[in-house]
Parts: sequence; structure tokens; C-alpha cells
Amino acid sequence: MQKFIKIAVILTIAAAIAATSIPTLAATSLSGAGATFPEPIYAVWMYKYNQLTGVRVDYQGIGSSGGIRQIKAGTVDFGGSDAPMKGPKVREAGLIQFPMVVGGVVPVCNVQGLEAGQLKLTPEVLAGVFSGEINYWNEEAITSLNPGLALPNEPITVVHRAEGSGTTWIFTNYLDKVSPSWHESIGTGKVVPWPVGVGAKGNPGVANYVQRVNGSIGYVEYAYAVQNNVPHVSLENQAGEYVQPSIASFKAAAANADWASADGYYLVLTDQPGDESWPIVGATFILVHADQSDAGKAEEMLKFFDWCYKHGAEMAVEKDYVPIPKNVADMVRQTWADEIRVDGTAVWK
Amino acid sequence: MRESTVERPSASPGAVHDQSRPDAVFKWLTAACSLVVIVIMAGIFFELVRNSGMAFREFGFSFLTTDSWNPIKGEFGAASSIYGTLVSTGIAMIIAIPLSIIIAVYLVEVAQPRVSRFIGGAVELLAAIPSIIYGMWGLFVFAALMQTHVQPFLGKHLGALPLFQGPPMGIGMLTAGLILAFMVLPFITAITRDVLMMVPPVLKESAYGVGSTMWEAVRFVSLKYGRRGIVGAVFLGFGRALGETMAVTFVIGNSHRISPSLFSAGNTIASSLANEFNEASEPIYLSSLFALALVLFCIMLAFQTIAHYWVTRMQRLEAGDR
Repeated sequence: MQKFIKIAVILTIAAAIAATSIPTLAATSLSGAGATFPEPIYAVWMYKYNQLTGVRVDYQGIGSSGGIRQIKAGTVDFGGSDAPMKGPKVREAGLIQFPMVVGGVVPVCNVQGLEAGQLKLTPEVLAGVFSGEINYWNEEAITSLNPGLALPNEPITVVHRAEGSGTTWIFTNYLDKVSPSWHESIGTGKVVPWPVGVGAKGNPGVANYVQRVNGSIGYVEYAYAVQNNVPHVSLENQAGEYVQPSIASFKAAAANADWASADGYYLVLTDQPGDESWPIVGATFILVHADQSDAGKAEEMLKFFDWCYKHGAEMAVEKDYVPIPKNVADMVRQTWADEIRVDGTAVWK
Repeated sequence: MRESTVERPSASPGAVHDQSRPDAVFKWLTAACSLVVIVIMAGIFFELVRNSGMAFREFGFSFLTTDSWNPIKGEFGAASSIYGTLVSTGIAMIIAIPLSIIIAVYLVEVAQPRVSRFIGGAVELLAAIPSIIYGMWGLFVFAALMQTHVQPFLGKHLGALPLFQGPPMGIGMLTAGLILAFMVLPFITAITRDVLMMVPPVLKESAYGVGSTMWEAVRFVSLKYGRRGIVGAVFLGFGRALGETMAVTFVIGNSHRISPSLFSAGNTIASSLANEFNEASEPIYLSSLFALALVLFCIMLAFQTIAHYWVTRMQRLEAGDR
């Protein structure tokens, strides 16, 4: 009988512990969705943060347009997007937008015998390839830039994104800037009317297609090119220098960023000046509601982003992303303090 | 509510057992359940019409005939999606129908029972594989095979036809059509097999009795007897191919263009919806996607009606035969 009582007591205590721990678990689980561009670094941050604090943050890479839609619909706690929304539009939607990290978009190709960084392209030729004016790898436009390379008489298959994508937005924003004919006929967008090519889903999908199709060219966030070992292309930047994608060349481009005078942090970093600058660089953004309903949850969420700014820089550099500078992070914290409210009281102090 | 009325007669033991009342209740209950189907279908149709209204008002009938799909300028046309849906389904049916009927005939008429059971089990297993698996296999294995072997071969020998021109990418309309063929094949085979098994043995025996060869017995007795069921099987497979989403999205290449070559990338209505629905931010974009869904709904309905008409006509013809 005594044994029975003992067991009963232990069970009651266990049940009580379980009952009290369930609500705390529920409160410290955050969900986000959006751009696949920053997903590799978000995954690292979320894993590390979970180990340190027990707070669980989930992020689904569904594309930037999807991220904006989901946060507007309120199905996630935060949205991710690489295509910044303009200041007035952000306010109109009742959202706050702030940059998390800066990364580079790189053209990747699959041509037999070609290694990473060997193929050189100018902005005009890159636009020509993606708009279907240049169809073969051994056309003069390409061979004249690469006198030492043996380029095959193979058709070029363009691989682009099938869904609304911030990576596409950054990439087409660049082509739009450097090529008047691209500006005329196609333009900038998360989805654009591609004249040629095949569509793949997400950054991983594009990397996968490029790996599989001989003679293909696509564009991905740099981490995906490294992870999947797809050879990237060397590009001519605004200063007329051929540069390789690397953390240094992304940093050089990001150094031009003037966040202080960007309304709602709307800032585009493509085609930046500087000898070292990689030409296709962009920031990726987080979107949260200005009016939060749950103070505890809102605070947990901001604590996570704060931790990313404070301690995430090294991990970001390891994954070839450029961290947001300290002074910009302070600006963002000020924005939180000024604008994020629960029933009119500030969440971040 | 209705259940309680069913129980009431049995709850009063002294009452005379009224036969007609439970029958009426049963009738109403089954009718009500069937009504659910109609309500769901009407609801879907109504929602599609309501949400696609904006697109049809904006583009009118030309929505169906233009193939420009430009979310930046807000111009949308369904032609490339309709084309891709019909072509990929067409390829699938051209391959799957004869193949599955041949397999079914083999299983029922030719193969030894043990072999037949084994292959029949494999067919049923194929039918149960989720479509995403077909898509993954299609992209990782089959598309590579298409690119390195099948497409170069077709290009070399049939390259004169516009159907087989262009670079072999592995992904594209042809690959999507073939994957669809693999997917509908087990459906049509399984049902056709069941239909052929229901042919009365006495009919077949008499065919053999009058000296028919195996081919003649199959052709003039089994297939003729079961043709209504086979048409039904074909339309079931057709419906599946028409609406298949994930597997097609993986391998079709997802581009809004109409191209004569089967090697080039295309899209279907279902794949466009899967790719773009989540991201469509502008109202006109969303409305155009709803309009696409409505078009698919109407295509399905049209083929259903044709199938129904065909089956009833065959019924009538058969009745006339006798």
C-alpha cells in the first residue's frame, strides 16, 4: 500500500510538472515564413538559439511573396522577404520592416569542363542570356569575353524561379539597372515574364536544375552555390572590374548602404560602385506586425532578433552572408522601441 | 436530428411495426448524404466563379486565347496553361490506354494465375504510390535518363518533326506526359482487369468452342463485353492526369509559353496554381488564378459529360444489337 502511495505521489508531481511546462513551451515557440535566400543562416541561428535558450523558432522557406502574404494574413509571427517593401506600403499594411543580413546573388552555370569563377560575363551579356538573345555557349558575345576557354556549341538553358521570389527580385532589379532592353521588355519583379528557360521552385530547386541540365545557367543565393557545388560566374561590376562572389566582395558592396536615410529600411544594394563590389547584392528583411497581441510572445521574438544581431555575425560570415553593422542594429532596436506596441504600450525597452 | 427519429419506432415496443416509416427515413437520410456532394460541388463552382469574376471582366474571352502571363504588367492569359494541360494529358493517355489494356488482357486471359496475382499486386501497389514520389523519381532519375538517352535518340531520329526539336533538357512537356502515363497506367489497368474478370466464362468458352483464337476471343468477346467498364476506367485515369499537380510541377519546367516542341518547358493549370497561388499578391493576379481553376473545372466537367454521353450511347447501341 505504501508503495502504491509513493507511485501515486510521484505520478502527481510528474503530471504537475508536465502541466506547468506545456504552457511555457507554447509561449516560446515562434513561427516565420518567407524568403529562401536567408534560410541557410536562419536555420543556423534558430538551431543555436534553441540550444541556448530553449526557445523554438521555426522558419519555412516558401518564397518572399509567400512570406509577405502570410504575415499580412497573420498566420505566422514574422515574415521574411528579400524584396523590400517601400516605406508607405509597410505602414499601410501595419507592419515593421527591418534588415537581418546581407547576401549575394550569383549566376551559376553547368558547362562541361568549366570550373567556378572561370566564366566571365559583362552585365549586358548576362542580360542577353537571360532574355534569350544569346542562345549558344559559343556565341561571340560570350567567347570574346573568355578568350582562353573552350566553350561548347551547346544551347543555353536558362533556369529561373517558378514562384514569387525575392532572389528573382534582386536579380531582375540588377538586370533592369544595367540593361535598357531588359528594362523595356521585362522589368523588375518577384515574378517576371521570362522569355526563355525553365522554372524551378526555391533556391534549392534552381541549384538542383542547374546541376542536372547540361548547358544551363541560373541564379541562386551564394550559400546555395557553395553547398551544392555549382560553379559560379565572374561578373564585371560598375567599376569595370571582374569580381568573384565572396564575403569580401559582398561586404564591399554593402559598405555603400546608407540605412539611416532609407525610409522603412527600403534599400537596394544592386550595382554598387567600388572596385571590389559584387554587383548583385541585397539585404533580406523581416516583417512583423506593429500591433502585437501577445506581449510575451512579441518580446520573445524581438529577443531572438536582438540575439541574432548581437551574436549571429560570426555564424553569418561562415555562411557567406554579411552581418548588419552594429549602428544599423541599434537603429532597428530604436524602431522596435518606437513602433511595436501591445495595446499601445511599447514591447521593447 | 434524423437519427432520433429512426430510433423512435423501436423504442415503443407495443406499437405495430410500421414498415413504411423507417423506409422513408432511410430514403431521406441517404438523400441528405448525397446532397452533401452536390452542395460541395456547387459551393466550389460558386466560389470559383465569384473569385474569377474580376479576371474575366478585365480580359474577357481573350483570357482563354492569349498566352501572355505577365504579373508585372498585370496581363494574364490561360492559353499556355490550357495547352500544357491538354498536351501532357494527351501524351499520357496515348501511352497509358493501349499499354494498360494489354496488361489487363495478359493478366486475365493469358498469364498463369500465380503470375497474374503477382503482377496484379504490383499494379495495385503502383496505384497506391503518392504522386510526390513519382515527382521526385521523375526529377532525380527519369529526367536524367530522358536527357542523356531518350531525348537525344528522339532528336536524332525524329528531329525532322517540330515535336522533337530543341535542346534535350530532361525536363519538359514530354517528360511530364510520360510521368503522367506511369501514374495513370496502374489505375486503368486495375479497373480494366476487374472488368475483364467479370466477363462470364461461358461466353469465352463458347468463343473458343467455335474455334476462335485467343486474340479473337479477347477482341470480340472480352473487350466488347467489357467496353463500357473500360471506357469508365480510361476516364478515371484521364481525370487523374488532368488534375495531377505535384509530379507534373517537378518535371514540366514551369514556363508560361506555348512551344511546338515536346522537349521544351511548359506548364499545366494545376502546376501553375501550385506554384503561384501562395505568392499572388495583386488582386487581379489572384483572380486570374481562380479563373484558371475555373477553366480546369469546366474542362473536367466537359469531359465527364462526354464520357457519360458516350457510355449511354454505347448502352443504347448494344440494346439495339440484340
